[in-house]
Amino acid sequence: MKRFLLLIFISVLPLVAHAGIDAFPFKNPQNEQRFIYLTKELRCLVCQNESLASSNASLAQDLRREVYHMIEAGKSNKEIIGFLVNRYGDYVLYQPPLVPMTYLLWFGPLLLLLVGAGVMVVFVRRRSAKTNGFIGLSKDEQRRLDDILNNTNRE
Amino acid sequence: MPEFSLPRLFHPDKMLSQGDLTKQPVSLFNVWASWCVACRDEAAFLLQLGRTSGVPIYGLDYKDTRSNAKDFLHNYGNPYTAIAFDKTGRVGIDWGVYGVPETFVVDSRGVIRYKQIGPVNEQIWQHKILPVIEQIEAEHKPK
Repeated sequence: MKRFLLLIFISVLPLVAHAGIDAFPFKNPQNEQRFIYLTKELRCLVCQNESLASSNASLAQDLRREVYHMIEAGKSNKEIIGFLVNRYGDYVLYQPPLVPMTYLLWFGPLLLLLVGAGVMVVFVRRRSAKTNGFIGLSKDEQRRLDDILNNTNRE
Repeated sequence: MPEFSLPRLFHPDKMLSQGDLTKQPVSLFNVWASWCVACRDEAAFLLQLGRTSGVPIYGLDYKDTRSNAKDFLHNYGNPYTAIAFDKTGRVGIDWGVYGVPETFVVDSRGVIRYKQIGPVNEQIWQHKILPVIEQIEAEHKPK
């Protein structure tokens, strides 16, 4: 039970990962919420697959500070994201944009899963069709088998 | 090219801004720091470039201290026409800097024509940067 709980705990951890080292005073709770949201949606460019929210890297700290200042200055989420994409490219978005060019990236894995499942179903069906023919014995063979079995029992 | 204006490393009372870079047909903007190990390798090559290529090299000293920066230049040489001192790295963000060293090729209209991430060496100079520079210089020739 303990192990199970530990497993659940560990798997949920990334969802709430927060650098928590910044001490930014926000004008209001909405600003703080926006900060948390934005820094989760943006990528730490110098880390392996971490968001801006959870990284301790120097550049990540700098960029978090930028985001903080822009929020407090009244910039919209769109403006802030635009600011960073302008300087760092789409890569700064933690999630790639959902546009025709990235449809394959987004839906590819699901597609592959469905195709794989489909192949499996067809394959298993074909196999069981074959083995039905195999496993079944003809009446003759069944009688011979019964004879052998009966004879063996007597000995 | 992002607008910027920073105090110079050697003359803090004077500023270096984007206008200084656009004064010539083409220039290099090299982002470096005394704490950057790869910059040491690059320094020797930049020195050589500074002497022979005819293209001015401006420096952005990124998240550094003045004394460490000066020590670095003393040890590894100073190829720069002028150096902007970006103490907080804020100007670096405007240039999209995320690693050091990075080098930008800038033309007289203020357009960034090429960005090199990582140190510049002979190979990269010949194959990636020089063609861009030659292209820019050709654009300046009277038709």
